[in-house]
Amino acid sequence: MSEAISIRNLIVQFGDRRILNSVNLDVHQGETLAVIGPSGTGKSTIMKVLTGLLKPNSGSVVIDGRETAVFGEAQWDELRKHMGVVFQYSALFDFLNVGENVAFGLRRHYKVVEDEVQARVKELLRMVGMPDTEKMMPSELSGGMKKRVGLARALAMRPNIVFYDEPTSGLDPVMTTAISKLIRQTQQQLGITSIMVTHDMESVDIAADRVAMLYKGDIIALGTVEEIKNSTNPIVQAFIKGQELPGEVTK
Amino acid sequence: MLACIGSKLIGMANIAGGLWLLFVDTLCRLKDIDFKETCRQMALLGADSLPIVAATILCTGMVFSVQTAKEFVELGASSTVGGIVAIAMARELVPILTGVVVAGRIGAAIAAEIGTMKVTEQVDALRVMAANPVSYLVVPRFIAIICMMPVLVIFGNIIGDVGGWGVAHYYAGISSFSFTNSIKTYAEFYDVWGGMLKSCVFGAIIAVVGCYKGLNAPNGAEGVGLATTASVVLSIILIFITNYFLSLVIYV
Repeated sequence: MSEAISIRNLIVQFGDRRILNSVNLDVHQGETLAVIGPSGTGKSTIMKVLTGLLKPNSGSVVIDGRETAVFGEAQWDELRKHMGVVFQYSALFDFLNVGENVAFGLRRHYKVVEDEVQARVKELLRMVGMPDTEKMMPSELSGGMKKRVGLARALAMRPNIVFYDEPTSGLDPVMTTAISKLIRQTQQQLGITSIMVTHDMESVDIAADRVAMLYKGDIIALGTVEEIKNSTNPIVQAFIKGQELPGEVTK
Repeated sequence: MLACIGSKLIGMANIAGGLWLLFVDTLCRLKDIDFKETCRQMALLGADSLPIVAATILCTGMVFSVQTAKEFVELGASSTVGGIVAIAMARELVPILTGVVVAGRIGAAIAAEIGTMKVTEQVDALRVMAANPVSYLVVPRFIAIICMMPVLVIFGNIIGDVGGWGVAHYYAGISSFSFTNSIKTYAEFYDVWGGMLKSCVFGAIIAVVGCYKGLNAPNGAEGVGLATTASVVLSIILIFITNYFLSLVIYV
C-alpha cells in the first residue's frame, strides 16, 4: 500500500518543553488512522504540523509524495487545496451563513459557475444530514450540527486527506455515534485518507482502521483497533479503560 | 529592576517589529483585494462611523468658537474668527479627533472580531483552506479605512465649521458674512488636503494595529478583551506621535 503521509523523526519543541519526541508514523492511502492519547501529549500538535500551521523543529513530513519541510506558505496553500480539516469547535466563519461557509473554498479557489456551487453545497449538506440549512447562521446551530457543517465544508473541495480534530468532543453519546458513522461513511464512499485526533475510544471503534497511541510525545503503540485493544502495554490498557495512567498524578 | 526594564523594552521592540512586518505583508498582498468584502467593510467602518464623528466634531467646533469668539471680538479681531476656526479644524482637530474616535470605535471592533476568530480557530481554518488571513482579513479593512478616513474628514470639516459659525453668530454676534469671508481669506485648500492626508496615515495605523492585536490575541475570552484594549491604547498613542511629525512635514 502506498503512503499518503509519512512522518520521520518529527521533533517539535516550545522553548525547553518537548512536545513531540522524534515521531515516526505512516498513514496509508485511503485508511482512517486515529491518533489517541491523553490531553496534552501532542496530538493536536501533530495535526498542526501536518496542515502547515506549525513549523516543526526538525524531521521530515512527506504528504502525497512531497517533502513539506522546505515548503513556503505558497506551496502549503497549493497542498492545502487538497486537504480538509474539521476543527474541534468547528471553526465555522460566523459572519457567513451555512451555505457560504461550505462554498467558501470553491468560490475562493475555483472559477465555478454559481449554479454549480449551489448544487455542490446542496449535495454536501444532504450527505452530512443537514439538508436545506443553507440560509442558517452558525450561531443558530447546535454543536453536532456545526460539526456536520464543518465536515461538509472540509469535503467541498474534494480533498485527498481529511483531518479531524477531536470530532466527537462535547457531543452527547447519540451524536458521537452519528458523527463517527458519518466519518466512516465518508471515508468509504469517497476513498479519502483520514486522520482523526481523539481521546474517545467509542468513535475510534466505529470510524478507525488503525490506531496510534501518543503518550508524552512518543508513539507507544501502533496497530489495528483490535491489536490496540488487546495490547499488553499497561499505559495503553489504562487509557482505554479510563484508569489512572501509571506514573501520572491526577488532580 | 534592570531585567524588568529590559523585558519591557524587548516586548515593545517585538510589537514594533510585528506591526512593521504586518504592514509590509499587507502592502505586498494589496493585489489580492476582494472588492465585495472591501465595500462591506467600507460601509461598516466608514459610513456607520459618521454619526459619532459628526457629534464629536460639531461639539468641538462649537466649543472652539465659545473659547475664542468673544475674546477676539473684544480685541477687535472678529474678522479672523472664521479663519482660525477653519484652520484649526482642518489642520489638527478634525484629523486627530476623527482618528481617536475611529480608533475607539473601529480599531476596537477590528481587534475584537479578528481576536475572536483567532481564539475560535477561524483564523486557522482560513489558513488550512488556503485563504491567507492577511489577504482575507487585513487587506479589506486596511483599504476600507484608508479610503473612508478622508471622507470622514471632509464631513468633519463641514460640520465643525458649521458648529463654529453657529456659536460665533448667535453667541458672539459675528455676522455670517464676516465669518465665511474670514474663512476664505485665511484658510487654504491645502489645510484641508493636509488633514485628509494625515487621516489616511491614521487610518493605516488603526487598521494595522487592530488587525495585529487581533491576530496575536492570547487564547480565551480574556485574551480578546486584552487585545481590544491594547489596540485602542496603542493606536491612539501612535496617532498622536505621528501627528506631531506629520504636522512638521506638512505645515511647517
